[in-house]
Amino acid sequence: MTTRIQREAKKEHLLINMGPSHPAMHGTIRIMLELDGERVCNSEVEVGYLHRGFEKTCENRTYFNLLPYTDRMNYVSPLINNLGYVMTVEKMLGIDIPERAQYIRVIMSELSRISDHLTCIAAMAMECGAFTVFLYKMKAREFIWDVIEETTGARMTTSYIRIGGVRADLHPNYEDTLKNAIKETKKVLKDVDGLLSKNKIYLNRTRDIAVVTPEEAISFGWTGPCLRSTGVYYDVRKAHPYLVYDLLDFEIPLGERGDNYDRYYVRMKEMEQSLRIIEQAVKKMPKFSGHTSLMAGGIEPAQAIKESRKKKVEGKIKLSPNLEGSGKRESRGILSEDKRYIIPSKEDTYTSIEGLINHFKFFMKGHGIRPPKGDVYFSVEGGNGELGYYIVSDGTDFPYRLHVRGPCFHVVSALEKMIQGHYVADIIPTFGSLNMIGGELDR
Amino acid sequence: MEKKKITDQIKKYFPDKVREISTLFGDETIVINRDSLLEMVSFLKNKPYEYNMLLDLTCVDYMGKEPRFEIVYHLFSLPRNHRLRIKTRLSEKDLNIDSLTSLWRNANWLEREVYDMFGVFFKGHPDLRRIFMYDGFEGYPLRKDYPLRKRQPRIPLRK
Repeated sequence: MTTRIQREAKKEHLLINMGPSHPAMHGTIRIMLELDGERVCNSEVEVGYLHRGFEKTCENRTYFNLLPYTDRMNYVSPLINNLGYVMTVEKMLGIDIPERAQYIRVIMSELSRISDHLTCIAAMAMECGAFTVFLYKMKAREFIWDVIEETTGARMTTSYIRIGGVRADLHPNYEDTLKNAIKETKKVLKDVDGLLSKNKIYLNRTRDIAVVTPEEAISFGWTGPCLRSTGVYYDVRKAHPYLVYDLLDFEIPLGERGDNYDRYYVRMKEMEQSLRIIEQAVKKMPKFSGHTSLMAGGIEPAQAIKESRKKKVEGKIKLSPNLEGSGKRESRGILSEDKRYIIPSKEDTYTSIEGLINHFKFFMKGHGIRPPKGDVYFSVEGGNGELGYYIVSDGTDFPYRLHVRGPCFHVVSALEKMIQGHYVADIIPTFGSLNMIGGELDR
Repeated sequence: MEKKKITDQIKKYFPDKVREISTLFGDETIVINRDSLLEMVSFLKNKPYEYNMLLDLTCVDYMGKEPRFEIVYHLFSLPRNHRLRIKTRLSEKDLNIDSLTSLWRNANWLEREVYDMFGVFFKGHPDLRRIFMYDGFEGYPLRKDYPLRKRQPRIPLRK
């Protein structure tokens, strides 16, 4: 079957295929180009190479079970995906979240946002030839992911934010790791700013290329840093504040021209604001010292394994409380009190009949989390823009329909228009500045 | 209070075109007739309402009910900072609906997605073909009567 561009292309023009496996098409996307020499006359973007039937799968999973699938959407900032889904369900159920859990969610989603922006700029800069920037940014991302890993136990597939709160409290050591991550990220941001922001080569490749006007951006349904680079003030965190964002002090950086450089620069500035949010949230977060006693004393796990080869190990093994899981003591203050929507703590399940019934009611098919009938839309500010979930519930424990508004989808739909009339070499920074994430685009 | 008025206002303005209005979980919804979609939406897009952004477009398959399909539009007004949900219902016998590509440019891909997943035809769409699934894929995967684990035979390589 011939596609549109194959039918319409002029005979004297060259049709060339870029992607789906092309070093610059990170993720999998295919662009058919109609070239006149080096100039792109027309193009056709083909997506869907990473389509995994996310929505269909979700319709066949319970509300609790489908949470891990949301990690796999925007795999650079999985925590925001968790958050969006969880808050949509919470909106239906009408649960109140403990304050500490709300602050933890804010910290986690801002960390994810930073890692998302770092990845975007790293890839974009590398493709323009600035390999140093790529390495610097990846270094900063490692520090950020250290914080995430320490608390959630995973780097990417976290599934940390749960309906009713979060999976576990922050790691006792998180303050040091976080401080270190913030320090290192700030250093990297300063370095990269020095390397790129006034760099002649970088400016030549990004300034005034793929300019998008505010009207076009709105018409394409752009949100997030891409929309703000055109100068439109819209951020879900400000427009429809969720969690505790209205209590925190931060600014929304705006661009002026809406070209590649602005999209880069808005992301840079946004990371600074995210760091600011994290610093404030850490200060304002209600203190909770329940978990520290668990960590104190005991033998390191590695040490215990070593010793066990010689003799029987006596005494307690030091386990990270947040990985150990859902003990009563650890979940206080970070999970909702409502027993219908949260996993009961293990000591209750094993020691009391009520706890056991609770456990079965939660996990049995046909029971579990059953939101009231109706449909709901809720969105959070993801790394690329407004990440919205539309859920239709029919009163059972399976969502009747779950639709995701992936911000990438709308952004990438403008790509054909953006590269029109530019050179082939301009496609690469343009595509990089959009931060296409295949998992979110194709779902 | 001002927000609540918007759906009421629209209802008052188009009494015979708006079927029902409702507010659920804080989201305001209007259900309209299929034939008046384009007229209604272009009215809402311009002043005084200025719902200038098409946030989302999707479809829900209520298999076994009549009408079977429900197309859901989420509009957003930047000046008013307000979201509005618009629904129209489609019977399985006549799966045609007006395309919004003349109003919003992202409607192009969104409508292709709905066509791909549900088999709804958008009248006036410039390039209506599958977006996520490949050419030669049979059936519409997000319909409720499409089995979860159905396999399709491999297709020959494109020339």
